[in-house]
Amino acid sequence: MSVKKLSDLAKTIRSKNAGTDKITFDIIFRERDTYEKVKRSGVLTRQSVCRILNADPARLTDFVEYDPACAIKFTILRLRPSGSPGDADIFGAQQYAPFLDVEVNVPD
Amino acid sequence: MQSLKIICPNGHLGFAPLKPGSFHIGVEAGPDFIAADSGSDDIGPVPLGNDTCASPKAWQEHDLEEMLLASRRIGVPMIIGSSGDTGTNSRVDMYVEMIREIAARHKLPPFKLGWFYSEVDKELVREKIRSGNVHGLDARPALTEEELDATSRIVAMAGVHPFCALLDQGCDVIIGGRSSDSAVFAGAALARGFPEAQSYYLGKVLECASFCAEPYGAKETVLGEVTKDWVEVTAMSPAQRCTIASVAGHAMYERSNPFHEFVAGGMLDMTDCVYEQVSEKTTRVTGMRFVPAEEFRVKLEGSGKIGERFVGMAGIRDPYTIAHVDEVIEWARTQVRERFGDEGWELHYNVFGRNGIMGDLEPLKDKPGHELLIVVQGVAPTKEMAEEVTITGTRQLFYARLPDVKGTAGGVSFVLDEVMPASPAYRWTINHTMAVSDPLELFPTHTAIVG
Repeated sequence: MSVKKLSDLAKTIRSKNAGTDKITFDIIFRERDTYEKVKRSGVLTRQSVCRILNADPARLTDFVEYDPACAIKFTILRLRPSGSPGDADIFGAQQYAPFLDVEVNVPD
Repeated sequence: MQSLKIICPNGHLGFAPLKPGSFHIGVEAGPDFIAADSGSDDIGPVPLGNDTCASPKAWQEHDLEEMLLASRRIGVPMIIGSSGDTGTNSRVDMYVEMIREIAARHKLPPFKLGWFYSEVDKELVREKIRSGNVHGLDARPALTEEELDATSRIVAMAGVHPFCALLDQGCDVIIGGRSSDSAVFAGAALARGFPEAQSYYLGKVLECASFCAEPYGAKETVLGEVTKDWVEVTAMSPAQRCTIASVAGHAMYERSNPFHEFVAGGMLDMTDCVYEQVSEKTTRVTGMRFVPAEEFRVKLEGSGKIGERFVGMAGIRDPYTIAHVDEVIEWARTQVRERFGDEGWELHYNVFGRNGIMGDLEPLKDKPGHELLIVVQGVAPTKEMAEEVTITGTRQLFYARLPDVKGTAGGVSFVLDEVMPASPAYRWTINHTMAVSDPLELFPTHTAIVG
């Protein structure tokens, strides 16, 4: 086993609005093998993504392992709709950074 | 017709200009339609509420001109949805006028222009609220009359229906009000007799132009081809390819669920889609299904004004002050409270360098950087009051009374010792669906001969 960062394993780690009231996160892998290893490692689950984002689990509306695109995808409700005064990320495009450094135990 | 081809040069026409190189390659590929969506709710509630654009007019005109000239030259229809970022009536009228001006400037031969509106009267929505027909999306409760009263402007999200109606009337150019991104393309395929599942998938895959291609590069043209059995998508840029990964990956972009796409009148089910690389730049998709809705519901978007808004900025370098930034902010807030009372105004502070972008979601909020930037937004009923709230909330950061601060000449740095007028503050008041009996009842269509 070796420890790798999610940013070294994934092709894409991004966040974006899904409508006015949600932000959706996509973690996409280039190789199916890597995707399967990350899935099996259990570092990304409904519980862990909420913990990493310090978000009440009630805010998590979707968590999907999307095999056709080798992607793990999850969505949270915003506390206020996008673009309300005080919202500093109208597009929701800079919310993914905490996932870059998530450590994954992968078989060698 | 065995197959139908549509090119899409831009995922949000006007927001940044299309890249002409790949667009011209796409035009030479012999499409049956040239189409693009021009709006999004991504841009926040201000443009809808304020009835303004988020995009510069020059970029909108650039793309409309490229598309109109190509469409008239090769003799195929051009379709635009969600005109001018929001698809309000004034934005549709603006695009219609731009089309007329471009046609006149280039002395184009006569063509049939069609357009439709998407704004919804508040009193119609009130009637539907009273009959229990306005349901919340994304965990919102049913719409109340109080929220309706707080709303400045409402648009309904058109499906394929007004596009099909205008194509059936023989329109060469269609300028749409607010509409589902995918309807712009699906409407064309449906009007030409292709099945719903393949038509809606074609719309889904084309709506963001080159976002379904790799490597990443926006505003490049892609070509979609539909038959009764499959959809193929091909990158037109010499630098891009549509791969299984890029096309499948796009299915989940900007939505919470990658399997289901809800549109007015039904749901596109992508659960069993199969992706196949058929050539270097082309991916074929099969296995999509369409499930018609039992009740015809239309999505509504509404934006309500909170107040006038000004913005101020202040920087902090002193580590002691950084450690006590919340007390600094509370001091400034208190000065506003003493001047204006507890209610009737809002102050919002984003502390960049600590958790300005992510707020409570920020895992590193206890580890601020060595310098901070505080962005202050003040909101109040009048411009005069919003300015005073904001300047008080900004300048009083300078005078915050921290007990052990060494720097007693001023607690923050200013790039500008002033506050700046910003767009009024709005909020999304409506993200709901409403039942209607006729798919066209909210979307009146018009036609005219231009030239």
